[in-house]
Amino acid sequence: MRTLQEQPRGESHSGHSFRGQALSWQLKHGTIELALYREPCNELGSLALDELEKFARALESLQPEAHALIIYSELKCGFCAGADLRELYHRWQGMAKAEGLRGVRDFLERIHKVLNTIDAAPLTTIAAVHGVVFGGGFELALACDLIIADKMARFCFPELRLGLIPGFGGIPRLKRDLGNGVVRDLLLTGRSFNATKALQVGLVSQMVGEGEALRVARATAVQLSKFDRETAIAAKRFIKPVPQEELRQEIDIFCDLFGRPVVQAGLKKFVESTDAQPYLP
Amino acid sequence: MQTADQTLDEILTLAAAHFKVPRETLGPDDDFFKTLGVDSLQTLDLLTRLEHHFHVELPDYELEGVSDFRTLASRIQARL
Repeated sequence: MRTLQEQPRGESHSGHSFRGQALSWQLKHGTIELALYREPCNELGSLALDELEKFARALESLQPEAHALIIYSELKCGFCAGADLRELYHRWQGMAKAEGLRGVRDFLERIHKVLNTIDAAPLTTIAAVHGVVFGGGFELALACDLIIADKMARFCFPELRLGLIPGFGGIPRLKRDLGNGVVRDLLLTGRSFNATKALQVGLVSQMVGEGEALRVARATAVQLSKFDRETAIAAKRFIKPVPQEELRQEIDIFCDLFGRPVVQAGLKKFVESTDAQPYLP
Repeated sequence: MQTADQTLDEILTLAAAHFKVPRETLGPDDDFFKTLGVDSLQTLDLLTRLEHHFHVELPDYELEGVSDFRTLASRIQARL
């Protein structure tokens, strides 16, 4: 008999659960848990995107039975280190510029669709984060309604170091949640924040002890289950509009910036770096 | 306010405990990347632990090029 891990890629083994190479999900007691576990640190490349798209499609059939979604990482390194820059760089090397830019735009359109689905899902979504919450990983967390952070979580938008802006909806969603001064600090300095700072500025709703984020997220999901679902959905729609126009603008700006030599040089430097601090310029 | 020497001593003690090495094997001028063998993720982890311990914010760019405990202590001391 096959174990779950031996299932062919992408094969769902029940209507309520799935286990792939980058992530799994399971619906249990009204809560969907989406676990990330792609080494080295849940980088979001084509494989993760394929499986996230499967999840977004499955969400439609799961959500009538669910009141909450928890997204978390099973890896020690953290929640997610962001886009898979190595894959991006190597793919770009084999393509003509126009073809490469089409590929980048297509990837962005697809991941935006997934994150918009999570953002607007008619259930309460919780990112339970620890360790590295960088770039695209930060953007995935920002699509959720609540962020519960382990005290060792660290948040960062390092994209300007590569000559880019965040491309997975980060700035419009950060602007939705925080004051513009904090957004500018994170974006324009590229520095990282710890969970204490994130709590102070209102980015996270709770900071918890090391290793406690998932437990607290589950307890929060139980609390959410006590409320009338229709009311919770109405409240969410009222207070958390998806910033569609700015999200579209972000894709355009990202693609305009991406084709420049400075970006290719930044990606090359990152990919080839053996430095202990490759995230620094 | 604590002295720079106290700050340095606390950093060495914290690093030794976290990376499970004898305290006496760490010196103020040691390159912590080499002595502790830390990678980029462990560096971030250490940065977060130091921020929590000293109740300070240490922007990453202030630590660019810093690789020894003494200089690290001076960066922290400047924010106490």
